[in-house]
Amino acid sequence: MSDLIRRDPRAEWIARNRLHPLHAAMTAPAGEVRGPSGLLRKNPHGVGFIGPNGIKRIDRSGGSNAAAGGRRGAAKSAQAVELPLHVVEAPDFYVVTVLDLVGGRLGSHDKDVLGQAHKLVNGLEGNGAVLAVVFGECKEEGFGLAGVDRLLHLEGSEYEGYSPEQRLAALVEVERRFTPRYWLFPDSINGGNELGCRLAARLGERPATQAWQVDTQQTLCRGAGGSSDITRATPRLLLLAEECAEPVDERRHEALAVELDSIAPSLVRIRDCGQVAVDPNAIPLAEAEFILSAGNGIRDWDQFHQAAELLGATEGASRVVVDDGFMPRPRQVGASGTWVTARVYLAVGISGAIQHMQGIGQCDKVVAINLDAGCDMVKRADLSVIGDSQAVLAHLIELAREYRHGAAENAA
Amino acid sequence: MTSDLNIVALVSIGQHPKSGRARRAEQDARAVELGMRLAGDNVQVLHAGDAAEETLRQYAGMGLKSLRVLQQSPQADAVVALGDYLAEHRADVVLTGVRAESGESSGMAPYLLAEKLGWPLVTRIADIVSIENGEAQILQALPRGQRRAIQVRLPFVASVDMAAQVARQSAFGPGRRAELESLPWVETPDSERAQFKEAPARKRPKRLKKVKATTAAERFKAATAKSQGTGGRIIKDQPPTEQAQAIFDLLLEEGVLR
Repeated sequence: MSDLIRRDPRAEWIARNRLHPLHAAMTAPAGEVRGPSGLLRKNPHGVGFIGPNGIKRIDRSGGSNAAAGGRRGAAKSAQAVELPLHVVEAPDFYVVTVLDLVGGRLGSHDKDVLGQAHKLVNGLEGNGAVLAVVFGECKEEGFGLAGVDRLLHLEGSEYEGYSPEQRLAALVEVERRFTPRYWLFPDSINGGNELGCRLAARLGERPATQAWQVDTQQTLCRGAGGSSDITRATPRLLLLAEECAEPVDERRHEALAVELDSIAPSLVRIRDCGQVAVDPNAIPLAEAEFILSAGNGIRDWDQFHQAAELLGATEGASRVVVDDGFMPRPRQVGASGTWVTARVYLAVGISGAIQHMQGIGQCDKVVAINLDAGCDMVKRADLSVIGDSQAVLAHLIELAREYRHGAAENAA
Repeated sequence: MTSDLNIVALVSIGQHPKSGRARRAEQDARAVELGMRLAGDNVQVLHAGDAAEETLRQYAGMGLKSLRVLQQSPQADAVVALGDYLAEHRADVVLTGVRAESGESSGMAPYLLAEKLGWPLVTRIADIVSIENGEAQILQALPRGQRRAIQVRLPFVASVDMAAQVARQSAFGPGRRAELESLPWVETPDSERAQFKEAPARKRPKRLKKVKATTAAERFKAATAKSQGTGGRIIKDQPPTEQAQAIFDLLLEEGVLR
């Protein structure tokens, strides 16, 4: 290796072009230089870069740094921005939030509730901590980023499934131990509303339900089935509507785990016998969890219906096949049909017209089976299979049948 | 089904969401429907409020001979009156709606009643499958059209979800002829409610997407970036068995195969 410093014209060009996709990676700030006495030295010649016409340019916005063409410091930019850590050492008071954790992860409603909790903490004197109570299985890692100062995770067989009585007993214990200044629940059908109402009835509080504008003095909540606004003094227990406050996004929190000493097992009068199998096609398309959707690429319709039945998926369709009469109009997904919210959307032979893509905008995971690798659906999909849909569906049916068979044998 | 059951359905005055006219409340009517399917016209329909209210006859028009009304002024707390009544009169099943369509509409009534009576409460039920040997098999409505089976001992309180069977039509004539049995009842004024200020609902502001860009380049990127940029895994040129296996693994991982 020679010691010659070589210019890299391409790197220089990228450094000049702030809109180049590689710009941020190529121009990382140089490390600081210390003189022999430990003094921080700045190199005035290192500021700016040489423009294409040979004139030195200095960009004060900080968008581009010097060191054009140099090979130094490129690795540093990959570092993620570290948000400042907010520490509450000995909290004067607690604001308790009970989170839904749908599917074991924080939802947007949960994050809004946490944002509201911090708004209330900021509105009060003294330093308070936000305590989050979560039940059951939890896959979430980002409690600290969502604004949780203290985390109480209650797990065990007694909290599995539908266990409102045991959960209520735990919340009563939290009330006794922490005497929170506020109780916040998401007013959702995923359990937040039910638990909040149960606790309110137990504690004798009069909660504000569907509250959407809350400060420490006054609460605005929806009444009369959403057709009126009720203004009232802020109660101690609140059931918050969606988008009640902005989620926390400018600092990290500790999310320190706390424990409860012991929770007396409550008398179980409501016994959960597990979920019941429902006909997937009886579920309204807009709220189905798993949709198998057919497009113009389907030739064998019997096979498609069989696949939907074996996979336990709700059937959907693109506009073309509905127009052609293969599927009924209520099954149409997209702008002029239904806007779906499925967690998994399996699109077979759908290339993805923009109207269709609008309809599946809220889906979590999209899987595409298509012959054309360049179509819009493949660009959107999390997993795409390029091939003949008929062959793939045939094998999928086989796998599903084996799976069902195995499950039946295990049960027997 | 056993007809010696004592089923009480609590009803309220509903409100049409668009016109605001008084009507039978959708969920309460479903509760009455569920009660009538369990006990025929032995179901007792109970309302706390004004017996002169014409809307109550829409419930009676579903085929009831009589309706019982705990006579109260609109300012009184209905939950207290209902709780006192149910503590005095034996009931096996109390059915309510999830949320009222008028008033505070907090949905607290079933919870407060269950707490006061010391009975278990099952929320958002879709159906009562059977009641045998003092034990009820209930189907509860879950989000995304799912159902859960629940077993609970009598007596209990249950709130009826919109997923329950739609209420039968109300006939005008039988509704007129039904008897509205008015019981004078002790009033408990709802003092906290009197301090609430009520106004027609304001439109909620839409949440805007905040762009926290400090430089022009970042703003440019935020404005022009495609919403779905990265794209997922693409499986190409492989036998269909492996492709199907990949899809199947994803379905298993997401837990949508039941």
